Amino acid sequence: MEFFQVQFSKADLLVVAPELVLAGFALLILLMSAFIRSERKGFLGYTALVGVIVAFVSLYWEMGIEASAFSDMVRIDPFSLFFKVMILIIVLLTVLISLAYVKREGIDFGEYYVLVFFAAVGMMLMASGANLLIIFLGLEVMSISIYILAGIMRDDVRSVEAAFKYFLLGAFASAFLLYGIALTYASTGTLDLGGIGRILAERTWINGLPILITGLALLIVGFGFKIALVPFHMWTPDVYEGAPTSVTAFMATGVKAAGFAAFVRVFFFALPSLQPYWTEIMWGLAVATMTVGNIIALSQDNIKRMLAYSSIAHAGYILVAFVAGNELGQSSILFYLLAYCFMNLGAFTVVILLGKKGEENTLISDYAGLGFGHPLLAVAMAIFMFSLAGVPPTAGFMAKFYVFSAAVKANYYWLAVIGVLNSAVAAYYYLRVLIYMYFREPEKELTIGGFSPAAVLAVIISVWGVLHIGILPSAFLSLARRSIEFLL
Amino acid sequence: MAGNVFYWIVFVGTALTAIFAAVMVITRRSPIHSAMFLILNFLCIAVLYLLLNSQFIAIVQVMIYAGAIMMLVIFVIMLLNVEEEERRRKISASPAQIIGVVLVLILFAQLIYGVGVYVLPGEWSEFTRERITQIGDIKAVAGLLFTKFLFPFEVASILLLVGIIGAVILSKKER
Repeated sequence: MEFFQVQFSKADLLVVAPELVLAGFALLILLMSAFIRSERKGFLGYTALVGVIVAFVSLYWEMGIEASAFSDMVRIDPFSLFFKVMILIIVLLTVLISLAYVKREGIDFGEYYVLVFFAAVGMMLMASGANLLIIFLGLEVMSISIYILAGIMRDDVRSVEAAFKYFLLGAFASAFLLYGIALTYASTGTLDLGGIGRILAERTWINGLPILITGLALLIVGFGFKIALVPFHMWTPDVYEGAPTSVTAFMATGVKAAGFAAFVRVFFFALPSLQPYWTEIMWGLAVATMTVGNIIALSQDNIKRMLAYSSIAHAGYILVAFVAGNELGQSSILFYLLAYCFMNLGAFTVVILLGKKGEENTLISDYAGLGFGHPLLAVAMAIFMFSLAGVPPTAGFMAKFYVFSAAVKANYYWLAVIGVLNSAVAAYYYLRVLIYMYFREPEKELTIGGFSPAAVLAVIISVWGVLHIGILPSAFLSLARRSIEFLL
Repeated sequence: MAGNVFYWIVFVGTALTAIFAAVMVITRRSPIHSAMFLILNFLCIAVLYLLLNSQFIAIVQVMIYAGAIMMLVIFVIMLLNVEEEERRRKISASPAQIIGVVLVLILFAQLIYGVGVYVLPGEWSEFTRERITQIGDIKAVAGLLFTKFLFPFEVASILLLVGIIGAVILSKKER
């Protein structure tokens, strides 16, 4: 009975080292928060900070190795390493901006950091899962943590509404994903991504194409919901607006990165043989996502809603690279996600810094005169807005440049044209923030309510990321290429 | 041959009852009636699992779904004192609903078409019916769960922990 043997060793634990570290620290913080006195709650945040750093250190042993563990359930390879680093950066910045924010908003429970860590564990499992089962479990761990985080301000009606809406729609989308996984299993007889890829390449599947294509379509719906593609985007603006801003920053970047990681791994690693079938669908989704996201963003007055629609539009740009599917396209997916995570986290951090307890200042008109009141903060915000709009020399410009040149190289001229036109439309609403900051008289006194050195550090890291990636992109692009080339 | 006929009678009977119960779940106005029909639906599905030679899954379905989970559902309905829904006077359909129905019908047709050319995994995969009978149903599930699928099993524990934390944090009273 050979299949009863446990194949499990110390090397297997090393493959999931950062996940184990984060989960361990999450449990530690949970225990600490039960015993710590309430005036020393701030200590929990610093423990979380230590946890992230230890997780970073644990990645050191994973560098350069390619292995799978736990009977091919998870893999460590350059691809998952890239996403693990990116997710840890996102968690680090999220913890930094949360330190003061959670105290200000009265949500400084230890559970806040615990849920952020568990969500990160789920994201990492999505990025490193080599089995559809692990990808689904990772997605659920991540999603459920984020549903709770979105509703953690229990006294705020909008926060509760956001959590409830996200939970109901998210559960529905998970069912689609699960159904897609079940149908894929039904036609290939395995959940292993490599196994599915082999069976499809050798065309030895039993149950023919129809059921497989249906499964493929359902998988697209499931992943499309998580990364907010049109027409699965309806939840995005309300949830982004209602959730606590630090959580919005976390889910705008982390969930998107992890969702794309799983999406890319499943589609380019397990289902590349079906590329003729899904390219057309993705083409349509990319065009719809870019256009709808950008056009609705034009009419938004609330900066959180505006960033929500802008995040939809950015998912559309990344999908352009997905459609192109060539080498440059695939590496520009990773490049774009990295650039996006810095510029978006930075923008949300500025939003947090300008808010106060009970007065969030999230209307774009609240930013009037910021350029004179707080010149440095305004410069940082301007850099993030330029980057989101895609103006050189920022990361956003290089990311868009690579994405569109990948589309042109793969002969998707129309897609590239639509993408460029969309970027022009997008420039309007990003630059509107700048116009308010520099050319309008302030309507009310703007004070930095939640000033904290940690959040300022997060802004500085983000500015550095945006400018470094934008000015010296080639190192990052070749890193992205090295991370994904083995998948081909 | 007689066994085959019996098999088909049981299958068609339970399948139709399951569909009937499912329709009743979503059309009843009283939540308790819906819950009762949901139990019927779960029991029918347990019989379908039996017909597929998965005794263990059938038992689990009865114990966990028809038993424990439905008990909780009924408990909650009783506690919250959910009242009967108002009967809607007119059935009005918005364009979105019509598009939704059309899309659902297309999806349904796709599934039917897919299932039409479908062969049960039990007839060609690693674990054939003979192999399962030889190993034993529960032993096969347990063997896989604690060896090959050990890691997902552990991840599921994190998932449950997150659920518990969420229930506590979202429902506990202000300190």
